[in-house]
Amino acid sequence: MAETRDIIGYRRDHLEVDPPYLVPNYKSSRFRAPQQPLVSLKHTLSEVTGPVFGHRSVAKHEADLTTQHAAPPIGQRITLSGRVVDGDGRPVRNTLIEVWQANSAGRYTHKWDRYEAPLDPNFGGVGRCLTDDEGRYEFVTIKPGPYPFGNHHNAWRPAHIHFSVLGPAFVTRMVTQMFFPGDPLLVQDPVFNSVPGERARSRLICRFDLDATIPDWANAYIFDIVLRGRDTTPTER
Amino acid sequence: MRPELTPSSTVGPYFGIALTPQELTHLVAEGAAGALALTGTVTDGEGKPVPEAMIEIWQADAAGSYQTAPLGEGGFTGFGRCHTNDDGSYRLVTVKPGVVPAPDGGTQAPHVNMAVFGAGLLKPLRTRVYFDDEPEANAADPVLATVDEERRSLLLARVDGDTARFDIRLQGEGETPFFDA
Repeated sequence: MAETRDIIGYRRDHLEVDPPYLVPNYKSSRFRAPQQPLVSLKHTLSEVTGPVFGHRSVAKHEADLTTQHAAPPIGQRITLSGRVVDGDGRPVRNTLIEVWQANSAGRYTHKWDRYEAPLDPNFGGVGRCLTDDEGRYEFVTIKPGPYPFGNHHNAWRPAHIHFSVLGPAFVTRMVTQMFFPGDPLLVQDPVFNSVPGERARSRLICRFDLDATIPDWANAYIFDIVLRGRDTTPTER
Repeated sequence: MRPELTPSSTVGPYFGIALTPQELTHLVAEGAAGALALTGTVTDGEGKPVPEAMIEIWQADAAGSYQTAPLGEGGFTGFGRCHTNDDGSYRLVTVKPGVVPAPDGGTQAPHVNMAVFGAGLLKPLRTRVYFDDEPEANAADPVLATVDEERRSLLLARVDGDTARFDIRLQGEGETPFFDA
């Protein structure tokens, strides 16, 4: 058994920016949102620890979604980079980022995806990387296409890339979706609009960066991620 | 000024292409000494099975230590992940964790920390799996004590030999207690 020590927990300010469980406009939440109030959990060693990643965990080529097959995929090649920091601006180092997305026609390689759009034999839509010492990450991919879904009549998912970030502890673990600036489909998307407040929603939209664009090769987008920060005092004894 | 947090969103129905490769379902090899299958079914508010939900676990090793091996380098990582099948069932192979320290200087009963993700879940549902063959440790556990007494049994996996069964009801009758962590 590990030795007993003071536990510094994580702040709860995520409650102000995360969507609620029940969002009636988002049909799938109706029978999956819990009805009982959540039990407040004072953080213990179990909450403030999390999985560890070694340099052998992830191969470099996994961050380039355009070179995983025999030929380049169809679509607009982009770089997608940013920093992962905590709620105090400190870099989140050596943490696993996993991304997945539809191809440029709006189709996933998942068996459930029946959208009548072509699969691209040169695009799997899956990437991984570890953040560096500054919390930076970078992927090369193609811009995904929008696709219809069954939420309501003529419902469409705006182009988006799914992000999974492990973070330093089991409670900082975050899964989210990143959208593109100026997308006219954002206004009707119940998933994007489940986040309360325009300011918070805007933080799910990446930023086009002309300066980071690679001439004759790829447009560049930037998406920074902020995970929960730590309390300043230990959990009370 | 503090940077503003990134909001959570749903993992959606298609995460399986990326997040749940086979190797994360087994924290130890099938049939290894002390191997325990943690298994159950996820159901929704209508009692229907929930396929393609993602279950993640984080736990101490059998000695109660969270000091674990880096992923991908062999050894016990304490971290597992799987998706539910078409019938809503999931199965992870791990070991029963030991007791771990509590912030008050006491101990916590053996437990597995679990998070449930899925389409329709805009943020993870967090729960803890305790074990019904640990009545004394459970009775003294400081976190279980914060759960309404009549709901506590919903956090106990039923241990039968090398299997621990833990069903997850997202909503409605028998709803699994979830934590605001």
